[in-house]
Formats: sequence, structure tokens, C-alpha cells
Amino acid sequence: MAKPTEFRIDVEKALGKTEVRAHFRKAMDTLMTNRRNQFPDDAALQALRTQAQAIRANALSKLPELLEQLETNLTKNGVQVHWAETTDEANQIVLGIMQKHHAQSIIKGKSMVSEEMGLNHFLEERGIEALESDLGEFIIQLDGETPSHIIMPAIHKSKEQISKLFHEKFPDIPYTDNVDELTASARRILRDKFYAAPVGLSGVNFAVAETGTLCLVENEGNGRMSTTIPPVHIAVTGIEKVVEKLSDIPPLLSILPRSATGQPITTYFNMISGPRKADEKDGPTEVHLVLLDNGRSRIYSDPELLATLRCIRCGACINHCPVYVRIGGHSYGTVYPGPIGTILEPQKEGLKVHGELIQASSLCGACGEVCPVRIPIPNIINRLRHDSVRKDTENTPTQDAGTRRKPLEAAIWQAWSWSASHPSLYNFGGKTATQLRGLVPNNLGAWTKVRTAPKLAEQTLHQQLKALGVDHE
Amino acid sequence: MSNARTAILQRLNSVERPVVDVSARESLSVVSWDKAECIHRFTERMQAVRAEVHRSDRGNWLDKVAEICKTKGLNNLLLSPKTEWGQVITQNAAQFPRLKHYERSIEDWKEELFYQVDAGLTSTLGGIAETGTLILWSSPDEPRTLSLVPPIHIAILDTDKLYTTFAKAVKTQGWLEQGLPTNALLISGPSRSADIAQVLAYGVHGPRELVVVLV
Repeated sequence: MAKPTEFRIDVEKALGKTEVRAHFRKAMDTLMTNRRNQFPDDAALQALRTQAQAIRANALSKLPELLEQLETNLTKNGVQVHWAETTDEANQIVLGIMQKHHAQSIIKGKSMVSEEMGLNHFLEERGIEALESDLGEFIIQLDGETPSHIIMPAIHKSKEQISKLFHEKFPDIPYTDNVDELTASARRILRDKFYAAPVGLSGVNFAVAETGTLCLVENEGNGRMSTTIPPVHIAVTGIEKVVEKLSDIPPLLSILPRSATGQPITTYFNMISGPRKADEKDGPTEVHLVLLDNGRSRIYSDPELLATLRCIRCGACINHCPVYVRIGGHSYGTVYPGPIGTILEPQKEGLKVHGELIQASSLCGACGEVCPVRIPIPNIINRLRHDSVRKDTENTPTQDAGTRRKPLEAAIWQAWSWSASHPSLYNFGGKTATQLRGLVPNNLGAWTKVRTAPKLAEQTLHQQLKALGVDHE
Repeated sequence: MSNARTAILQRLNSVERPVVDVSARESLSVVSWDKAECIHRFTERMQAVRAEVHRSDRGNWLDKVAEICKTKGLNNLLLSPKTEWGQVITQNAAQFPRLKHYERSIEDWKEELFYQVDAGLTSTLGGIAETGTLILWSSPDEPRTLSLVPPIHIAILDTDKLYTTFAKAVKTQGWLEQGLPTNALLISGPSRSADIAQVLAYGVHGPRELVVVLV
């Protein structure tokens, strides 16, 4: 048998961690219940999903124009706009801005795009301190980890682990497992950091083209602090996050937190339309926006795959995924885990790197059902499975298309497809197979490792139906 | 990186655009609650996230705010002397803890703002009943940090400006026509997090307490 891949090894390990699995189960159950409670009226939920989908689909259908409009309006508002094709270019832009200000540190609000860029690592290699201020991100950064969930980055950690971690990293603070006290300690530590930080970084939840506005959704205030206190604010975002009008925002804000954490709204919704004006007393004097492509324009070129870019990063698909709840976020080995990661990462990074993820789905459909913008995630998983083995690779933008095609497998399916379209041959084959049922071996490789071998029926379905008097022809 | 800009836009523009049905885009949720219902819903939502809501009227709001300051044992209160509320409070300073006026740029008194202010008081542009939300716009008089840095945020909300939904507020107040401020904010409770084992904790980076005085 082939050597197990890194993904399979990680999955195997994760499945063995009973305590962590129980922890994920409990957390996801809570999140699913919270979401359900926010949508007592199914008809209203479906109408809102349709509306949110239309808003995002409309924006994507006008993407290049809206990006230019966004740039024009942001520039008019005094925000400097930068474009990056790759994560490396985006990192260089951030570094360049920091160097201009002789900044040796940066404080960060929560941003998944900055994770995608590997910004912390990039800056640290250059002697710049990048400090996470979202409580969850702060915790995992202390432990040298990456997020295991896109909206609850430290969800894999128990209270006891976090208590120990705090005590280990901050020996001056007495040991406590009281969540309020732990939070208060983090507040104290990070306050001083905010006070001194020369540059703040944030992500963007929505960018409004019409007004040149960057919107941030959050509960803690790390986003507000990062974008208000330091004299320079750098926002990073994927090019797909733009929407056309200000009136597009309320419906999206209505469905995002409810789908994500089951809150009617987050504590803060922060709409930034420019740096401090001459007569204002606070706020950054410089605001930058970095627009990152990193494969998104390639995804954009395919009408079916395009739906991937509708995503508003709520994480509902993750919370409802039977695979994620069992293997946790880290096993995916990607920035974005769960169903959205399963479709996004192979498209961004190529099928050679993350193509295996698309096999790790039972296609149960839960992700597609809860998606607030109706991304048909299961269909896209199927499409990517097809891409991975297809012959006409020129008809898909997916990188490494066809690289999982095996000649024998392809020949078998071709023969199957041919016989299935020739009834007499198909019936003959079926009958022969039932007669030879005794010959099916008990050992069928990987299949029988965790299952018993299937046994063919004594009669084919066609024969049985005929006996019941059903005319199947 | 103007090369990146050209290349990205070129790639996006070379694609045949999908035709999308956007008929559902404009649909507005229709709720028609009267003022009493709006106040009720607003209060319920706010209290559910541990914000304090106090009722008052034009005659007694000042005493109410003074009483809140006393109960909280505030040593000082940061506010703008120029807003409708700030003016009256400043005229009646004797009833209040030491008043600090936000009159300098943050750089000139950052340390004091960060470590020596007990509470910030702001006006609000309005409220949203559906979600229990305050609307704040940054301005030269009431900067962004006034509602962010002090550990307690006291906000005064004129109940005539309580709207049913966010969409309704944006429309009625004509946000688009007015042009947005550098920072428009929706605040729906005190700062909070559930990042440690999904246990709710308050006062992570923003105010630990949010006190709303309805007038």
C-alpha cells in the first residue's frame, strides 16, 4: 500500500485524541444550537440567505469595476490603496510601509488574510515583532500555534491548557483558571502594547465601493484598538470582499454573526472611511489598504468555481461539518479549515498540495445547507474531484488538474459507463456477477481494514424487481 | 505595485461575466414596531449582553447620569463640553465627579487617557431596536477613543432616534447623502470574548461596562 500522506497521519493522530474530540464536539454543538436559535423562522432565514447571496453575486459580477470604484473612493477619503498578486508581494508592501515609519513592531486585530500571508513569520524573520491582540489569536501565538477555526482560533484549547500557558509565559502573574482573571491579564498586557504600537493591522469583513468604507465585525475591541490607537493603520483583504452599495451592508451584517456565533449582532461594527481629519483628535493619520489576489482571480475565471468567492467567512460550514468536528482544524494543514478550506485551499494552492482534502468529505451536504450566501460547497467538492482526474485539463482553471488521474481507474470507469449504456451486456454482467458471488475475497485492501467485505446479492435488482412484477424497461 | 493592479484587473476583465439574478438584493425586512415596542426590544437586547439600560426623561436625565456616576464610584468623567448633553453636565459640574474635557489630540495626553480616566460619556446618533445597538459617529468633539479606551462607557440615547433596524436607520438618517464620517460605529454591548473555552468574559479591549441612558 502507498505510504500514508501527512494529512492521513495528522487525521489518525487527531482521531486518537479523545479529550480534544469531546471538546470540539461540545463547542460545535453549542455553536449549532446558537445559530438555530437565531433563526426561528425558516422562511425568513431562506429569504435572507437569498438576499445575501444576491448581494455577493452582484458584487462579484462587477468585481473589476467595483475594485476600481473602491480604490477611487478610498483614495478620495485619504486611504492609500495597494495591490498584491501574491502573498509575498503583500508582505513586502506591509514591510515597506513599516520601514517608512521606522516601525519595529505591529499590533494586529484578527485577520485571516494575514494568516494566509504568513505575515507574522515574515516580519519576525526581519526582526519585527508582530503581536496578535484578538484574545484567541494572542493565546495561540503564545503557544506557537496557528488558528484551528477561522472565527474561534483557540477553540481547540481547554481552560486548563490556557491557564497553564499564561502562567508559563507570564510567571509574574499568579496561576489562575478563572476566565475573567485570565482575560483581565490579557487586557493589561495588550493595553500597554496598544499604547506603544507604531502600526496597527486589521482584516476587512466588507469593503463598500460606493463610499470607500472598510467594515470590521468583532466583539472584543481588538479591531477598534488596532485601527484607532496606532498612528498608522494597515488593512489587508482579499479582492473578493468588496460590495457595491452601503445598502448591501445591513443584510450581510444581519446574517454574518447569526450564522457564525449565533449572536444577533457583534459588539462592534466598525466602519472606517478614512484617516484622522485635520480637526479630529484621534485615529490613525495614515490608513492603507492592501488588496490581495493570491489565486482569487484564477478562481474568478470559472463560472462554477466563482461561487467560492461569495464566502463571507462566517464559519457556519465548519461548525456543522461532521469531518471537522472529528479531526479538528489543524489536521487540514491549511489556513482555512473545514468545508470552506476544503474547496478554497486546493484552488488557491493547487491540487498537488491540498488535493487530498476534497476526498475528506462524506458529501452530507450540511455545509451547503447552512451557508448564508448559498455556496454549493458539496457541488464544488465534486467539481474539484472531477478536476483532479479529468483529461480535458484545459477546461478548468484549477491548478494541477488531472494529476490524480490513474489510467487503470479511468479505464474501469470507462468500461462501466459503456456497459451501463448497453442493457443486454449490463444484464449479462449483473447475472454473471451474482453467480460468482462466492468468489469475492474477504480481504479487499483498505476497504476491509475497518469494514467487512460486501457480499453480492443472489439476484440482481433487475431480477428482483421483475419477480415483483415491476416493469423496469 | 501598479503592475499587480494592472495584471489583476486584466485577469478579472478577461472573464466572461456571469449573469446573476439579483432581484432579491433590495428586499427590506419589514418590521413596524411603535416607540414603546422599540424601547422594549432595545432594552431586552442590551440587557441580554449585560449592558445597563436606564430610563429617564427630559426633566430628570441629568440627575440619572449623576446618580450612575455616584453608584459606580467614579473619580472622573471624560466627555465633550460641546454636545447637547455635555453642555448641561458641564454647567452642573458640582453634581458630578471631576469632569475631563476631551480637548487635546490623543498624542498630548495618551497616558492620562489610557490609565487615568474612569469613564467616558458620549451622545449617540441613534439606536437600533432589533439588535439592541447604539450608533456613534466619530467627530472632532467626540473622538473614537471616547467610547473605546475608558473602562466604562456611558451613552445617552434620545428615544426619538430609535429605529427598528440598521437598514432603516441608514435610510432615514440619509447616511449616503450625508457622507460617512471617518469612523461610524455600531455598539451592541460591552466588550466581550468567548475565546477561552467558550466562557463569556467582559472587558477584553473595549469598555468593561456599557451604560445606556434613554431620554
